[in-house]
Amino acid sequence: MFGLSQKDTKFLLIVVALTLLTPILLNPFPSESGLAQFNAGYPALMQRFAIYGLMAIGFNILFGLTGYLSFGHAAFLGVGSYAAVWMFKLLSMNVLPAIILATIVSGLFALVIGYISLRRSGIYFSILTLAFAEMSYRLAYSVFTPITNGETGLQLTLSDPRILDSAPEGGSLPVPTLFGLDMNASWTANVGPWDFTFNIGYYFCAVIAILGFYLSLRIFRSPFGMMLRAIKSNQTRMSYTGLNSRPYTLAAFVISGMYAGLAGGLLAAMDPLAGAERMQWTASGEVVLMTIMGGVGTLMGPVIGAGFIKYAENIFSKINESVLHGWFGWLPDGLEDIVVWFFARFVGEGWHLTLGLMFMIVVIALPGGLVEGGQRIARWVRRKSGRETAADETTKPAE
Amino acid sequence: MSKTNYSRRGVLKSGAVAGAGLALPTIFTGSSAAAFTNEPTGSTVTFGFNVPQTGPYAEEGLDELRAQELAVEHLNGIGDGGMLNTFSSKALGGDGILGKQVQFVTGDTATKSDVARASAQSMIQKDGVVMINGGSSSGVAIAVQGLCQEAGIIFMAGLTHSNDTTGKDKKANGFRHFFNGYMSGAALGPVLEKEYGNDRRAYHLTADYTWGWTQQESIAASTEALGWETVQNVLTPVGAGDFSSYIAPVLNSGADTLILNHYGGDMVNSLTQAVQFGLRDKQVNGKDFTIIVPLYSELMAAGAGSNIQGVFGSMNWNWQLQDAGTQAFVRSFGEKYGRPPSGSAHTCYVQTLLYADAVTRAGSFNPCAVAEALEDFEFDGMGNGPTLYRGADHQCFKDVLVMKGRDNPTNEYDTLEIVEVTPVEQVMYEPDHPMFAGGDLGECNDGA
Repeated sequence: MFGLSQKDTKFLLIVVALTLLTPILLNPFPSESGLAQFNAGYPALMQRFAIYGLMAIGFNILFGLTGYLSFGHAAFLGVGSYAAVWMFKLLSMNVLPAIILATIVSGLFALVIGYISLRRSGIYFSILTLAFAEMSYRLAYSVFTPITNGETGLQLTLSDPRILDSAPEGGSLPVPTLFGLDMNASWTANVGPWDFTFNIGYYFCAVIAILGFYLSLRIFRSPFGMMLRAIKSNQTRMSYTGLNSRPYTLAAFVISGMYAGLAGGLLAAMDPLAGAERMQWTASGEVVLMTIMGGVGTLMGPVIGAGFIKYAENIFSKINESVLHGWFGWLPDGLEDIVVWFFARFVGEGWHLTLGLMFMIVVIALPGGLVEGGQRIARWVRRKSGRETAADETTKPAE
Repeated sequence: MSKTNYSRRGVLKSGAVAGAGLALPTIFTGSSAAAFTNEPTGSTVTFGFNVPQTGPYAEEGLDELRAQELAVEHLNGIGDGGMLNTFSSKALGGDGILGKQVQFVTGDTATKSDVARASAQSMIQKDGVVMINGGSSSGVAIAVQGLCQEAGIIFMAGLTHSNDTTGKDKKANGFRHFFNGYMSGAALGPVLEKEYGNDRRAYHLTADYTWGWTQQESIAASTEALGWETVQNVLTPVGAGDFSSYIAPVLNSGADTLILNHYGGDMVNSLTQAVQFGLRDKQVNGKDFTIIVPLYSELMAAGAGSNIQGVFGSMNWNWQLQDAGTQAFVRSFGEKYGRPPSGSAHTCYVQTLLYADAVTRAGSFNPCAVAEALEDFEFDGMGNGPTLYRGADHQCFKDVLVMKGRDNPTNEYDTLEIVEVTPVEQVMYEPDHPMFAGGDLGECNDGA
């Protein structure tokens, strides 16, 4: 189905099902229970899962297939966001023109940066992209303030022209819509003690992310994808056979830049604000982390990595000392303070420490990322149940 | 290359199962039509405290958190009640708000608009807060204020000093107790004239965002009115860490006054580096070189150590004030944390109490009712003397303190002295003042 092999179709359908059921899967704890702290099924976070998952899928087309490590992908995310917010300001609050323009603008931007950066490979390429991204950040931060509004961030105002829309009612700012469907509209289902929030914005992001995933699946299985893998395995040999590999790498770079721009446009569509810090090098590093954490070159890995990092960022960072005291209140007083002090280093503002440790564990023990971990467990379970299967049935990384 | 070998029967069967599964939740669905966003229905009500716990303003954020925690204790009747005893409105009884116990959640803004909005969204959507307080750094405050307006909850701004927060970016759901750049300029002007005369040449180093821009504009306007000349204004990135490359050119610019429109860790670094460069030992145009920091805080003063001695600045509030409200607050803060509160702690504490009081007087958590209760509300006993929450722009008007770094500090908290309490009339302005024009409160949004 959809031009995919049977196995891939099954894989795609599983991904679609998981994505659509996310609001339920991420809220496993009743909303009044103490564990509700760990629920992640609220719209803003689910949207981020889908958006950063999309960005990581795109990044993986470049890094996973060609092996070119771009350290400047956040620049495309930022450019996409600015383009989308300008579309909201000037044209209409409809999200479609905004994300289309975001994709096009970031594609053009990626073409320019890629054309220059791809003259080098390896570490030099990484440094070049990093330099370009940092330049873009500095420019957005202080030089192009009329376009980007600097540190304050580009925001909607009541006086924006919005030539296609009628004047906002009631003196409040308009929200992004898809032909009348407000992106922030939600419907909450109360199932017994559980609350599941179904949000239009999330489903919009999810549909786009699934389309992005499908496209990446097709690229992975196509002759073009094979060519990109060939570049990764031995570029010198490719040149000796008389093949010019640069158009292929440039195409991969632009495609992955457009994914990032689309993700940036979606970020702006969910929350119409674009700030320069989206382009900072830490944001570029984050997508690299996501991809490596999940599994470079695997289809699902980057999405899992993105989800993992966003979960840590939003859930662990909100656990503070008083929450910890609540958990460890049963310990004797002196011991409680010590235990709370210890765990407080790893949550709240210390969540980066947790992330760093997790990253080290993954890189050292599971070089194939979390996906490899899942495969190992699956293989172990299968061996346990006595159904030893041939190794070729497992999903292989694209190496 | 598609290989479809799904049987018609199989597709129908799985389709029916999936459809039933999706429809299942609807039979449990009760109608949960809330009257407004996050209407508290249980025995508790939740506040969101969104402050920087990392980044250049982290020190301020952590002190704000202490004060917010204290405010919640006082609202719930724990501790000595602090300013509730001196507050002119007696609506609050120390038994929660409208019979509900107050809870709070905290978040880290990292002094970045994006992170702050993500954190605020999670507070609104996941934790069900009715009010967000905090937002140090005006860029963050403006971003979160916009978000609260959209979501339909009240934003009680914390440490935000930009004119824009209640100027061109003002919102109907946002309220600010803290003073602003214009007020600093208006209060500092006469003191600087008395101290340094009428023919100074000022060089501005300005944090490159909304707060820096508007404060620089305000200070330049009020010093130029004295006859001072503005030699140059250089914008510096927030969180730069090293300002030496910006300070070196000051020496050759012919300026005899350096105005640092920096805050938090940035100000500590830039002031320290300016002193290390020997600026204050120099003589330019026959005058002693001087440094001015228009917006002061105790935490910055402590960070900058002896470099701050003799440097003028302004403050919203200081713990050394002698009124009953200040004394009550300093006492309970000191008992709990063993240190005097900073100005940013004070404004967050007061904002939390003001919100709670407005809810009680309105008899509802509905943001529109609360906003109505806060608009044009006059109160006293919160440490700043008689104060007005102006309805036209949701800005508080009260006395402003002009401060000076103490020459001979007696202990680590005794770093600043109060030079003058500038009366409110002198810092008052019209809502359509050019520095504040271009915005629109819009209409209150309750999210319904």
